[in-house]
Amino acid sequence: MKSNSITVVSRRDFVGGVFSAGALVLGGILLPLKGTAAATADATWQPNVYLGLEPDGRVIIIAHRSEMGTGIRTSLPMIVAEELGADWTRVKIEQAIGDAKYGSQDTDGSESIRDFYDPMREAGATARMMLESAAASKWGVPVSECRARNHEVLHAKSDRKLGFGELVPLASKQPVPKKEQLKFKSPAEYRYVGKNVPITDLDDILAGHAVFGMDARVPGMVYASIEHPPVFGGKLKTYDDAEARKVRGVSKTLTIPPFKPPYAFQPLGGVAVIADNTWAAMQGRRKLKIDWDLGPNASLDSVAYKKTLQETARKACKVARNDGDVDAVFKTAAKVHEAEYYVPHLAHASMEPPVAVAEFKNGKVELWASTQNPQAVQETVAKAMGLKPTDVTCHVTLLGGGFGRKSKPDYCAEAAILSKQMGKPVKVVWSREDDIRFDFYHAVAAMYIKAATDEKGRPTAWLQRSVFPPIGSQDDVAAKYGTFELDMGWNDVPYDIPNFRAECGPADTKIRIGWMRSVANIPHAFAVQSFTDELAAAAGRDRVEYLLDVLGKPRKIDLRPPAERKGPDPYMLDIARMRRVIEIAAEQSGWAKKKPGNGRALGIAVHRSFLTYVATVVEVEVDKGKLRIPRVDMVLDTGKVINPDRVRAQLEGASVFGASIALMGEITAANGRVQQSNFNTYPVARLNEAPVETHVHIVPSSAPPAGVGEPGVPPMSPAICNAIFAATGKRIRELPIKKQLG
Amino acid sequence: MPVTFTLNGKPQTVDVSPQMPLLWVLRDSLGMTGTKFGCGMALCGCCTVHINGQPIRSCVTPISTVAGKSVTTIEGLSSDNSHPVQRAWIEVDVPQCGYCQSGQIMTAVGLLKKTAHPTDADIDEAMHGNICRCGTYQAIRHAVHLAAQYQAAANRNATVAQNVAEGDAA
Ligand code: FES
Ligand code: FES
Repeated sequence: MKSNSITVVSRRDFVGGVFSAGALVLGGILLPLKGTAAATADATWQPNVYLGLEPDGRVIIIAHRSEMGTGIRTSLPMIVAEELGADWTRVKIEQAIGDAKYGSQDTDGSESIRDFYDPMREAGATARMMLESAAASKWGVPVSECRARNHEVLHAKSDRKLGFGELVPLASKQPVPKKEQLKFKSPAEYRYVGKNVPITDLDDILAGHAVFGMDARVPGMVYASIEHPPVFGGKLKTYDDAEARKVRGVSKTLTIPPFKPPYAFQPLGGVAVIADNTWAAMQGRRKLKIDWDLGPNASLDSVAYKKTLQETARKACKVARNDGDVDAVFKTAAKVHEAEYYVPHLAHASMEPPVAVAEFKNGKVELWASTQNPQAVQETVAKAMGLKPTDVTCHVTLLGGGFGRKSKPDYCAEAAILSKQMGKPVKVVWSREDDIRFDFYHAVAAMYIKAATDEKGRPTAWLQRSVFPPIGSQDDVAAKYGTFELDMGWNDVPYDIPNFRAECGPADTKIRIGWMRSVANIPHAFAVQSFTDELAAAAGRDRVEYLLDVLGKPRKIDLRPPAERKGPDPYMLDIARMRRVIEIAAEQSGWAKKKPGNGRALGIAVHRSFLTYVATVVEVEVDKGKLRIPRVDMVLDTGKVINPDRVRAQLEGASVFGASIALMGEITAANGRVQQSNFNTYPVARLNEAPVETHVHIVPSSAPPAGVGEPGVPPMSPAICNAIFAATGKRIRELPIKKQLG
Repeated sequence: MPVTFTLNGKPQTVDVSPQMPLLWVLRDSLGMTGTKFGCGMALCGCCTVHINGQPIRSCVTPISTVAGKSVTTIEGLSSDNSHPVQRAWIEVDVPQCGYCQSGQIMTAVGLLKKTAHPTDADIDEAMHGNICRCGTYQAIRHAVHLAAQYQAAANRNATVAQNVAEGDAA
């Protein structure tokens, strides 16, 4: 069995480096740290961070992004191996610790391939060219006659070859080619990129040997389960642990101080039970008698909160985009259509709850964590402990799902705080209840849309308002308006309508919020794509034809703010690509042939997010209030694709994730407390409820790679609800659908 | 009171609280971490193992009830991923994050023991207790059907081998 497993190793193994003394480690590879803090600070353009060749022929590729199910630990190394001319079976993948030298390791925003496609190609090509020139000098032939292939360099004319390993000593003495001198393979020569390559952890996962955060163990480790204040912002008054300490295996209870607003990534505070196994810690927790000061949010109530947001959305808000003059058109319009939409708070609920092991020793902390962002772990833990980020070493395990939750390392700080108090390594394990009751929830949104239409039902003016608490409020309590969220399917609606206004309303939040798989695209795509369907229905027009009409002629839209429009933008919003995904989705789903009947119908939605175009057609079957989704067709244009099988997997997964949002996802609070706690009260789609078949169609493209992990999610809920309308005449404007089908 | 049971074919004795669920005995006491924790309430299937060949939720199974029984975990399915279900999972490249997959596999193995050629409805029935938040359900369904074929082929081969062996003996 191939084994690239993430193992829990000692600090020495890592600090000593994964490469042996004789390894070829490249110099001079520059890595663009796009917009990350690390780029500006000390501009550590560390060479050689991703690749090393050993004299024994092993090629070691560093995976610096977190593996949470997207296959990134396979796909990025594939790019390096491809350009290097390596034999994939002789590639070993090592997971990086958190370190600014790798560039951003914050595995979110569907940007791993987008941001690191070029650096990975450059790493591979640089080493390949050095191997080729080493062989050329050894043989005394022109380098242009030497070619690296399958872990060897060949000289065809003299039929000679040398293995990568043999060339390592000489190759490491070759001059490092400059970036402009790099020659890349032509796609026709690719052996791996663009082909289906199984994930590197497959064997370990199926054998039960893969190490997730939940599986990390270090010698002398104890287990902790933490009772957090039941209300966000609550504080501990007093507690009695006499009964808890009687539980077999429990050794101690400890406290974690409450956070100081804003939330940021801080732990919530609470009482921790320490035991020699997870279960004892959890049992001990049940026996704690705690008197809480519930704090300022004890009356928080989702029903009242929702009303406030909806009322805000009915009045003029802050203008975020304004084309033409919608008011003038509304005054004289013959036909006006308006509607309100609502998407509730949602929980991430990755199958593996938050979990981390930390060891505080000699003023430094070492962690093994299921985290999407080891650099944030370094910063957050350092801050909580009064240390420097470089005093914190974070090993990244496999993640049992993340979806954005594990970008926020509050649980890692908890483990570090407790380890210092215990003088031992501590593993903090969140229960499912902890996970659902104390998430950084996907934010609610209340939306209002109004349009005037001409005699064909085409919009002549369009006004939309979105009211949601901004994620920025987690770092700045005064923040009331969304910022980046407005670029997620709101200000960037690409319809060809002369009068268009997008507004954003103020909202605050008492509970913690954060980004969840596709973030504000979820409510925005739901509202805009549902409303478009409503207009088409009012005009009695075919949805596909109507959608294409509203999008208008093929053209490119530069979404950058005018001041930043310097040079070409390879990611301009391209209406031609958007139209194409719709047309293919219609074709693949049999749109023209399948007419609604017997409670069965199709619905369509299109959305561009993370620079990827996705059109989704959902087929529903509604029978006596019961919904089935027999088929989904998803078409995506994401530019270049590295590992098509994993792209398909992400889209199949998005189909299920999107169905959960549409059908059943809802977090509510009453008396300051979140009311859901486990999969009985916060259900997610199961095998018999999820779409039965999801057909994924990848549009072949040579455009620069865009994002894949998230863009499949946003079109799902509007496509489902549009299909329900076509099947039953019932319009769903609030999620989840749950019992609305009667 | 120590509890003795068979774990993946070998005798095993543990001395823990009798109420401690098998899941945590496996994971924390014995370091067998292939079996996962997802809910602790028999709602998600991550912790599925077999007791005397039957899939059960180890998170709600007190260790005292396991005494004298035979437990099989993902680690005990094969030494080299050669079980028909593991082979099918490889062929389809089912896992995304992989966290739920040992539970999925153990449930699928249970299903195929009972029903050699399951229909889609059988798969719905047997597998809907196993949540996969990554959404690998379609791949799982496909892989269960494939595993049924592998299992049938393996059984055929075994029968042939046995007939040959008996032929030799005769
Ligand atoms: S952990 Fe046992 S069923 Fe979820
Ligand atoms: S593969 Fe991630 S939960 Fe199933």
